[in-house]
Amino acid sequence: MSVHGVMEHIAALVPAGSRVLDLGCGTGELLAWLQKHKGCTGYGVELDDANLLQCVQRGVNAIQLNLEEGLAIFEDQSFDVVLQLETLQHLRNAEQMLRETARVGRIGIVSFPNFAHWPNRLQVLLGRMPVTRTLPYEWYDTPNIRVGTHADFEILARKNRLRVLDSFGIQDGRMVRTRPNLMASMAVFKFERG
Amino acid sequence: MGSVGHVEAQRLRFEQPLPLRSGASIRDYELVYETYGRLNADKSNAVLVCHALNASHHVAGTYAGQDKSEGWWDNLVGPGKPLDTDRFFVIGINNLGSCFGSTGPMHLNPETGRVYGADFPVVTVHDWVDAQARVLDHLGIQRLAAVLGGSLGGMQALDWSLRYPERMGHCIAIATAPSLSAQNIAFNEVARRAIITDPDFHGGHFYAHGVVPKRGLRVARMIGHITYLSDDVMEQKFGRQMRAAELGYSTQDIEFQIESYLRYQGDKFSEYFDANTYLLITRALDYFDPAREHGGDLSRTFAPARCKYLLASFTTDWRFSPARSREIVKALLDNKLDVSYAEIDAPHGHDAFLLEDPRYHGVLRAYFNRIAGEFGQ
Repeated sequence: MSVHGVMEHIAALVPAGSRVLDLGCGTGELLAWLQKHKGCTGYGVELDDANLLQCVQRGVNAIQLNLEEGLAIFEDQSFDVVLQLETLQHLRNAEQMLRETARVGRIGIVSFPNFAHWPNRLQVLLGRMPVTRTLPYEWYDTPNIRVGTHADFEILARKNRLRVLDSFGIQDGRMVRTRPNLMASMAVFKFERG
Repeated sequence: MGSVGHVEAQRLRFEQPLPLRSGASIRDYELVYETYGRLNADKSNAVLVCHALNASHHVAGTYAGQDKSEGWWDNLVGPGKPLDTDRFFVIGINNLGSCFGSTGPMHLNPETGRVYGADFPVVTVHDWVDAQARVLDHLGIQRLAAVLGGSLGGMQALDWSLRYPERMGHCIAIATAPSLSAQNIAFNEVARRAIITDPDFHGGHFYAHGVVPKRGLRVARMIGHITYLSDDVMEQKFGRQMRAAELGYSTQDIEFQIESYLRYQGDKFSEYFDANTYLLITRALDYFDPAREHGGDLSRTFAPARCKYLLASFTTDWRFSPARSREIVKALLDNKLDVSYAEIDAPHGHDAFLLEDPRYHGVLRAYFNRIAGEFGQ
């Protein structure tokens, strides 16, 4: 799957000129792109030293924080968009973070590996935990401590009174709108507080 | 990466009185400073480096004919170093009240013709920033590319961004705090009491008695030193190492290496540092609290700020802990200001800001590269 393909679809969800908070921003690639091409401003949050350094090199504002410690440093509704891309599945307090995302931003955008993608289902059916390009780790050393599906997220969103504005899957860099729970390895949701 | 080589301090005399925060003013004062690198044609590449408690204007380079005279931040400032003197014009200014050349308690009070001693006016971070701005006026520098400082120097950098928001592009504040905690003030007070109760202190007018309150200074430095190091680093460096193989069963002799180390640091310090300066600088630290005028609201305090910020803290620094830096980051976020923040997992405690951790220096290098890009270097 092309990272650029994923980034393109996510970037398209961010309105031009938005104030953006990117939780787990990595090397700041997406924020730099949003700043340059869509006139966005904002910050990335990143824990890893090497990633933080790359953000500074790119000219992206980056705050070194551990997301497990929460988002108390950010005020309610202080961002137009809060991004949480392929981060949620690493967090012990995933549900709390989802709520915090909705508190801090007017719009939340999350992406995560979809455990219900058909090759994963097949591997489980054959009795093994899936190891794929999107879920490349063995069960005993995976950083993905929260494995969920596209369909699961819809239920979690409802439970937390989040209104889903858009959702789709991404497979091989392409957007999947038909049966994304089965057909896409990555799930994307755009939501607001209900 | 090289050294800026041999440097010489310069001296500026100011006849115009400097109004101080206390309501007093100081006239006929001198400030010493050093510069490294070359000021570019449009004077846009200047970086002011503010010093902490026991440092000075001598930031980088060495003095001709003096061994081991490297500036206190020589590992950061120089050709090819993170603050690259091939691109930036770097200025270090010795603060008022110091004992390293600028007018201080050991100099003559023009009002009385006698040495200031304890009569030297109480100076604040704010006053230092005003005095530094006058040096820049003299150098013809209207706008600084950046102001950089660690610890007490970081407080000056922060204060610069509030006091002269239009005169700087970037504020880089390392291992600092928006104000001292009660514990910080408590340590300062113990150090001050050690000095003031030394029989050789003579109420601050010891110069006339031809003595120096060295005992007080030694203890003050020992206390300070403990707070600059982390528990881990002390354990690793000294642990329970003994001086001798057998216990001496003495309550007064040195038994443990940590005692020896602290006494050595205290002795060294008492040979060169001025007791009144120590009192003045620790008080400046205590008083620093820009939010005080804004009902303690740090976010409102930063409303006038316009520059971009880089903050860094060190996980094992318990004197100026990461939590204090995060308070500043929050205030900057609340004002929608540009800020990056690095929380470096270094073992060295507060001292880490003077050391050469590759992650720390890497972030500073990247940030200064970015600044240099802004004026086309």
